[in-house]
Amino acid sequence: MKMREGGLFLSLICFEVISKSVLLFWLFQNYPLYIKSVATENELKFHYTVHTSLDVVDEKISAMGKALVDQRELYLGLLYPTEDYKVYGYVTNSKVKFVMVVDSSNTALRDNEIRSVSISAGYRRCFYIAV
Amino acid sequence: NMSPTQWDFPAELCCRPMAFVALTGLDVTYNAVHRAIWDAFCVNRRADRVPISFKVLPGDHEYPKCRTKRTSYEWYIPKGILKTGWMNKHLNLVPALVVVFYELDWDEAQWKEKQSECATKVEIVRQTLQGRNTKVAVVLIQKKTPLPPVSIGEDVIASERAAALCNACDLSGKSLFVLPHTDHLVGYIIRLENAFYEHAQTYYYTEIRRVKSHKEFLNKTTHQLLFVRHQFKIAFFSELKQDTQNALKNYRAAYNLVHELRAHETNILEIKTMAGFINYKICRLCFQHNTPLDAIAQFRKHIDLCKKKIGSAELAFEHAAWMSKQFQAFGDLFDEEQAAYYAQERKQLAILLCSHESSVAYPSPDPLETPTGVLDFYGQRPWRQGILSFDLSDPEKEKAGILALQLKEREVPHSELIIALLSNAVAQFKKYKCPRMKSHLMVQMGEEYYHAKDYTKALKLLDYVMCDYRSERWWTLLTSILTTALKCSYLMAQVKDYITYSLELLGRALASTLKDDQKSRIEKNLIKVLMNESPDPEPDTDPTAVKTAQKLWADRISLAGSNVFTIEVQDYIPFVQCKARFQSPSFHVDAPVELHVYLKPDCPHPIRFSKLCINFNNQEYNQYCVVEEAYQSNNILEQSTQGTLCLVPGKTRKFSFKFVAKTEDVGKKIEITAVDLILDSDTGRCVVLNWRGGGGDAASSQEALQATRSFRRRPKLPESEVDWESIAIQASTMVISRVPKMSVQLRHEPPALTNEMYCLVVTVKSLEDTVAKDVWLTAGLKPGQDANLTQTTHVTLNGTEICDDSHPALLPDIPIGDLQPGEKVEKPLYVRCGTVGTRIFLVHVAYAVNTVVEDQEVVCKCHKDEVITIETVVPFDVTVKFITTKFEHLDRVYAEIPFLLMIDILSASPWALTILTSQLKLAPSMVAVDQVDSQVEKVILQTGESASECFCLQCPPVPDGQNGVASGLYIISWKRSSAAESAPLVNTVITLPHVIVETIPLHVHADLPSFGRVRESLPVKYNLQNKTSLVQDVEISVEPSDAFMFSGLKQIRLRILPGTEQEMLYNFYPLMAGYQQLPSLSINLLRFPNFSSQLLRRFLPTRIFVKPQGRQPDEASIEAA
Repeated sequence: MKMREGGLFLSLICFEVISKSVLLFWLFQNYPLYIKSVATENELKFHYTVHTSLDVVDEKISAMGKALVDQRELYLGLLYPTEDYKVYGYVTNSKVKFVMVVDSSNTALRDNEIRSVSISAGYRRCFYIAV
Repeated sequence: NMSPTQWDFPAELCCRPMAFVALTGLDVTYNAVHRAIWDAFCVNRRADRVPISFKVLPGDHEYPKCRTKRTSYEWYIPKGILKTGWMNKHLNLVPALVVVFYELDWDEAQWKEKQSECATKVEIVRQTLQGRNTKVAVVLIQKKTPLPPVSIGEDVIASERAAALCNACDLSGKSLFVLPHTDHLVGYIIRLENAFYEHAQTYYYTEIRRVKSHKEFLNKTTHQLLFVRHQFKIAFFSELKQDTQNALKNYRAAYNLVHELRAHETNILEIKTMAGFINYKICRLCFQHNTPLDAIAQFRKHIDLCKKKIGSAELAFEHAAWMSKQFQAFGDLFDEEQAAYYAQERKQLAILLCSHESSVAYPSPDPLETPTGVLDFYGQRPWRQGILSFDLSDPEKEKAGILALQLKEREVPHSELIIALLSNAVAQFKKYKCPRMKSHLMVQMGEEYYHAKDYTKALKLLDYVMCDYRSERWWTLLTSILTTALKCSYLMAQVKDYITYSLELLGRALASTLKDDQKSRIEKNLIKVLMNESPDPEPDTDPTAVKTAQKLWADRISLAGSNVFTIEVQDYIPFVQCKARFQSPSFHVDAPVELHVYLKPDCPHPIRFSKLCINFNNQEYNQYCVVEEAYQSNNILEQSTQGTLCLVPGKTRKFSFKFVAKTEDVGKKIEITAVDLILDSDTGRCVVLNWRGGGGDAASSQEALQATRSFRRRPKLPESEVDWESIAIQASTMVISRVPKMSVQLRHEPPALTNEMYCLVVTVKSLEDTVAKDVWLTAGLKPGQDANLTQTTHVTLNGTEICDDSHPALLPDIPIGDLQPGEKVEKPLYVRCGTVGTRIFLVHVAYAVNTVVEDQEVVCKCHKDEVITIETVVPFDVTVKFITTKFEHLDRVYAEIPFLLMIDILSASPWALTILTSQLKLAPSMVAVDQVDSQVEKVILQTGESASECFCLQCPPVPDGQNGVASGLYIISWKRSSAAESAPLVNTVITLPHVIVETIPLHVHADLPSFGRVRESLPVKYNLQNKTSLVQDVEISVEPSDAFMFSGLKQIRLRILPGTEQEMLYNFYPLMAGYQQLPSLSINLLRFPNFSSQLLRRFLPTRIFVKPQGRQPDEASIEAA
């Protein structure tokens, strides 16, 4: 249980880092495991956004080929920019996916920052799921 | 002008601008020559022809008037960015070149008159074009073919008259053309139009220069709009000039200028309209230049710059419509989904802003009417055209205008537009294999159909994608889809769909996504439907549609019949979970089959079912597994936990069933084919929840998987409660026969010996408490072994004689009769195994016994199997040797010379064997020299002991070339020493080996006593037989030995006639005692030089035992004695 709280705590830190992120998703394969939403309004729309972005995740993973999938982790980068939001993806070799929706206007956020945040959050979350 | 297509780009914007050339003086209706000329210009224009748009106009056509040139812009304030008519004017109304066609040959008789008529026509054209830079050209249509170029100089008249005509018409020589009306018309026309094109380019070039020249007069404060306008015009003229690079450059400049304009709520529409136009032009040119990335970048920039420019809040739907249009125009190349997205937003805004009371009347006079019916400038408001001030001078007029727009917007068929855009996008995503995007779009289409009140289509689309979201477990999304689907099914009064969606919305998967009051409402409505009442309308449904729906529901209620709705829940996640399990994977037929069914409801309120029944593959059992409960229908939701079928949310209820399996199902599977849980009401509606197999629905397998993966400890539950997750479905069980109470023992003395009648005593003893009836014994080789074993194994009950091959390997159904409790029966069986090896024997005892199961008398068939492995070995190891009469080994025999057949019998049996007799059956090629009576009669052999016998045989001569001959058979007749007197004899037959037979020319044998004595004469007779048909010369010599003296012929040469024999007599006189070497006889056959005397020596003794000289009985000692 301690590990679980730790996971949540870390993910909250992530939220402070990415103050403008709207939505965080952890998925196993393509099933949503855990959803943390900052936006209260129009949440359904974000769910659809994340769900449809899985098409891009699938495409990216298959395009990378087997060799890369076998690696320990996969930062997928920007999945797709919608009008107002950017969707980032990250996959662990244990098929846990991490999808993050960030406000497009938040240009201060750099790609490598998102990468590091998603990696750490992704790992903590895996731990949480395992525990 | 407020049609739904108001946001469409004007055609003149979207077309490819081409130089406009007007042709006058052609009568294409009545003049065939003119018609042919016109056709040559415009029919079959291929891409390689210059881009000109031609138009035939009358000679006195009025071109748009040119306004007087402005000399100063100082006091000029523009009223808008771009006039609505401007593009069309330059595409279709103001030509770059006007061509005057005139029929005139150089040798025209009335030249003067014609020339002045032509000049007049040119003058008329010039007048109508006053103030414009439009060029004028003259084409003379001539009947005569022009002279070849060499003679041009001679055609003085032609050149003189041409010059004169130019002068009269005030034309440069470059603007006068001659068109001979000949066969090569198209060729001439192409040359003509190329010349026209050059003129047109010059015209547009001057136009660009003209617009540019205005620039220096403009100032940034009052002429902001003109900067955009002029830049746009330059770009557009560049396009007309086919200078697309410069066009693009100028459009880009214009685009930047548009965004530099001061924006205000009053002019935002105009700015966006112009930005949209220019953006479209830029993107279009980028694609034309094959730089699509530039196009995309421009489009992104455009959307980013414009999306926040919403303008009037009351007309926000306009902005969404405009955004939608931007994407749609770009759609084929870019992103149709976004177009649909903005179309949806437009609709949302329209609903928000335009839902005026019906009493609100459309303003009069219509503020959208303009005196001309069109707008002067693109993107301006009809009620305040050309007003640049940001202050609204007439707020009332403004209000009326907005209201008019809002009311107009209400009439727009938004859903149709959205659906059209969405279905384009669906096709696109299907193409690019994006299943989830496709699903999402289909959801949106479904919702749009719902809004368009086409509920059938809406439901069809939603139903199609539901399972995708269900299988991917996106519950929030599924809830949203189901909620819409529920509304559709309500509005269409589709009872079954309504029930299905309701029970899934109440199900555990979606429970967390709905509020309690929502779930409560759904459950209550569901119960209402069951009770044949109309459900309450779903929230946020169109009131008029609700009215229709209520009527439909009322009709359904009055409609009798077809009120049973079976819902196959494995495709859904219903609000009750079901798991059925047999308590064991197998049951003995004399024990009851036990079965538990667990039900767990997830709905908010307790619910009463009327019946639970289970269906089996053998329907006979169905009757035993039914729970039924009658109650008043209005009690369905009553909080009574008394009823057995009243299920309390979250609590697992267990139902136990027991039944006795049919004896004929022994060895078969009993499978649960379905579990039916029935919600019934006495008012006639009935819902059957049907679980295929032993329960489980669309989500349960995944849940089970997750439960096994999870390390989470299960909560401790009180004894009485069951942990739902730990229940595993067991949908089938095996009925197996009753455990037999019968002892089967086998007594025998292994191993079996080949071909003997091996005795296997089977003892069957009943341990049953009651009579074992109809006991049958089946015994023999266990089926399923090597086929050879089956053929060499024979079983019989008769042990007194050797059975033949007709006996079976497995002896079935030997009747034993009934066995009383404790009774024992012994049955000896005899098995003959023809080959050695390992065999598995089966003894199967079957019987019937009466037992009582659950107060029910059952005849149980029982059987007991005993299996035994028996090894079969040979009783004897028999070795056969051919030896000489001197007991020396022979690898071949010689015709007509006796030899010995030696047979050694070694017992290989662990048990003592008695050989009663043996028999030698000689082949015709063998002859016994003397008797062949058995020498091993009644011999008993213990393990490892052996017996031997020896026969003297000889072979008659064999024909040449045949060297191996059969010897015959050797038969041993034996039995186990322990066997009873009655036991049959076993004959073991041994096939004697073949032997090589050779003929020799001469045979020799010696006759001599069996021993000699020192200093006593030893007579030896050598007998030489000529075996050939030839007279043989033989040299014989005797080589002396130290042990003997001898008398007789030491060396002789003699002749033996065919077939006769010769005797040689010697007297040997032994000198020493012991085994002594005899003088050896050396025989040399002169006729057979290769014949070795060594071979002959084998027939002759080489040694003899010489006894010492016997002491004579001493007479003195005898006497003394």
